[in-house]
Amino acid sequence: MIDFENWSCPVPLRDTPQVVMGHGGGGAMSAELVEHLFLPAYGSAVSPADSAVVPVLGGRIALSTDSYVVKPMFFPGGSIGDLAVNGTINDLAMSGASPLYLSIAFILQEGTPLATVGRIAVAVGSAASAAGVQVVTGDTKVVDNGSGDGVYLTTTGVGVVADGVTIGPERATAGDVVIISGDIGVHGVAVLSVRAGMEFETTVISDSAPLHGLVAAMLATGADVHTLRDPTRGGVAASLNEIARTAKVGIALDEPSLPIPATVADACSLLGLDPLQVANEGKVLVMVPADGAEAVLAAMRAHPYGGGARVIGRCVEEHPGMVTARTALGGTRIVNMPIGEQLPRIC
Amino acid sequence: MKYLDEFGNPVLAKRLVEEIHAATTRPWAMMEVCGGQTHSIIRHGIDQLLPEGVEMIHGPGCPVCVTPLEIIDKALAIAAQPGVIFCSFGDMLRVPGSGQDLFGVKSAGGDVRVVYSPLDALKIARENPERQVVFFGIGFETTAPANAMTVYQARRLGVTNFSLLVSHVLVPPAIAAIMESPVCRVQAFLAAGHVCSVMGTREYPPLAARYGVPIVVTGFEPLDILEGIRRTVVQLEAGRHEVENAYPRAVRDEGNPAAMAMLRDVFEVTDRTWRGIGMIPGSGWRLSSRYREFDAEQRFAVADIRTNESPLCRSGEVLQGLIKPHECAAFGKQCTPRNPLGATMVSSEGACAAYYAYRRLDLVQLS
Repeated sequence: MIDFENWSCPVPLRDTPQVVMGHGGGGAMSAELVEHLFLPAYGSAVSPADSAVVPVLGGRIALSTDSYVVKPMFFPGGSIGDLAVNGTINDLAMSGASPLYLSIAFILQEGTPLATVGRIAVAVGSAASAAGVQVVTGDTKVVDNGSGDGVYLTTTGVGVVADGVTIGPERATAGDVVIISGDIGVHGVAVLSVRAGMEFETTVISDSAPLHGLVAAMLATGADVHTLRDPTRGGVAASLNEIARTAKVGIALDEPSLPIPATVADACSLLGLDPLQVANEGKVLVMVPADGAEAVLAAMRAHPYGGGARVIGRCVEEHPGMVTARTALGGTRIVNMPIGEQLPRIC
Repeated sequence: MKYLDEFGNPVLAKRLVEEIHAATTRPWAMMEVCGGQTHSIIRHGIDQLLPEGVEMIHGPGCPVCVTPLEIIDKALAIAAQPGVIFCSFGDMLRVPGSGQDLFGVKSAGGDVRVVYSPLDALKIARENPERQVVFFGIGFETTAPANAMTVYQARRLGVTNFSLLVSHVLVPPAIAAIMESPVCRVQAFLAAGHVCSVMGTREYPPLAARYGVPIVVTGFEPLDILEGIRRTVVQLEAGRHEVENAYPRAVRDEGNPAAMAMLRDVFEVTDRTWRGIGMIPGSGWRLSSRYREFDAEQRFAVADIRTNESPLCRSGEVLQGLIKPHECAAFGKQCTPRNPLGATMVSSEGACAAYYAYRRLDLVQLS
């Protein structure tokens, strides 16, 4: 393991402790960055050529791409590096795919400490290795100081979907049980707790995790899982609204069943945010017919990333395209699609 | 905060609802003053649990909603100036001015930042001595002490590149203005608990006496609100009109003397225009002459502001409790939280936004 905290620059990386424009120039400095920073961090699978060549995969292929612009880049429980890996793995897993290969591009702002780039690359490598996925190709570009904000990542993932597996938002059907794999809102609160100008003390750490193993365990029950969605940006509210609109079903939540940890509820209450609109990075929403729900729940609870799985609502025929919640007092309210950024309230 | 959860206890809430039903013999219309209370009532569906005829009229206590358009336009003009760092609470960013909103200024290159406390803006000013840093100091008596403290600190620390664009509003003159209106239907008030935690309750007995209305100081959690409604109904049924404190865990009669002393030093009473309502005499605070040098309106020459309200927006009638949000023809059509015509659709405390967010379903089914 490279000691990035006490980075002493090996000769080939010259003597710049920060990213300079030359690192993106495609010449010797770019090559040195790849050879001495990225390759050691990712392991041996990275192709030295411009494209990776891998065997023809059986079944149907799932492809996904996602860009990561996280501020701050390091937060309790993770960094932009493992988010970029887990996020793309999860996007593949939500169609029931087994992720196999990743491609990753770094856009670096001139002046970013190489130690920071190194820490992110190592986080990418460790997350990929923990998930059993190979980083097979990548790219690096450098933008002028002031044109970017530290490090941006784009990851593309390739996976295989087994025959007979069809999972998608359009399959959600009235009568389906809605399950979530665990606590809501922890990633977003963890990131907010260290965001500049907003620092507050909390014990919440990000839930960033690869979910393909959990999905495989659910599918192994033989249940006809209709829909999977990882409620990232926009949170549970955005994901459920998208599914409701796509499938033209209503979704009725039972508010007291929502697993919102007290730490998250408190932080949101203080900041004037709705936990249902806060991002998650290691949770999955599941729509499954009632006859398969028990088996799926049991399989989820037996998995390390699904221990807190529980039923939070049902798909219904009423109010198609809308999500509602039955409140603890017995009222009913609408759970809205967030508009843009959540805006903290004045008081 | 476990303490707070207990104020949402469904069993206790049911008991209070039953007591309200038992106490009610006639229809009553009461106004919750504060937008935070409106939000809580609609979010938890409290109004759905009340006896038929007990009507909650949603008051003007949403600071974002009543901030005058002219001040918003001034904020936009100042924020667009090169070299300015314009700091604001988050929910002011989407409030439409005559033209755009602060998000628009930001995307056009303005340095607009969301802060959680005006003291954070002062910190930014100290870290950027070559820039002018402005904080958008709006709100009721609740947010005023922090703004006062910030200006006080700025003077003490000699921070000359900080200023406050101030548009504070005050609850008691608004209650008087509502009661003076010839179309007033309000028979009682749930006073805003957090305003009273600063200012105490002593401003209210003269209002209760003059207008013959019960005024019950009320909190924000479901049980707080139900208890406030219960006490109000009991007074109305008995023909009493007194000031009661149903939020004693946060409110003392004398208020917060340290905060009030700070407010008296930094601010002075002024006439204020409320968006959608109009000018209410003596209903605002501005910086006192001792602190005038920190007044952003003085520091930046932002003259020639021509305001332009949407002709469709009826937020003024909503803010005065004359119509419910969905009775406005533009509600949910031309006017949504995404494209708000008026400020009541912007802030989550605004009555229109609360109805849109939580109540659209019933309205759709009704129509």
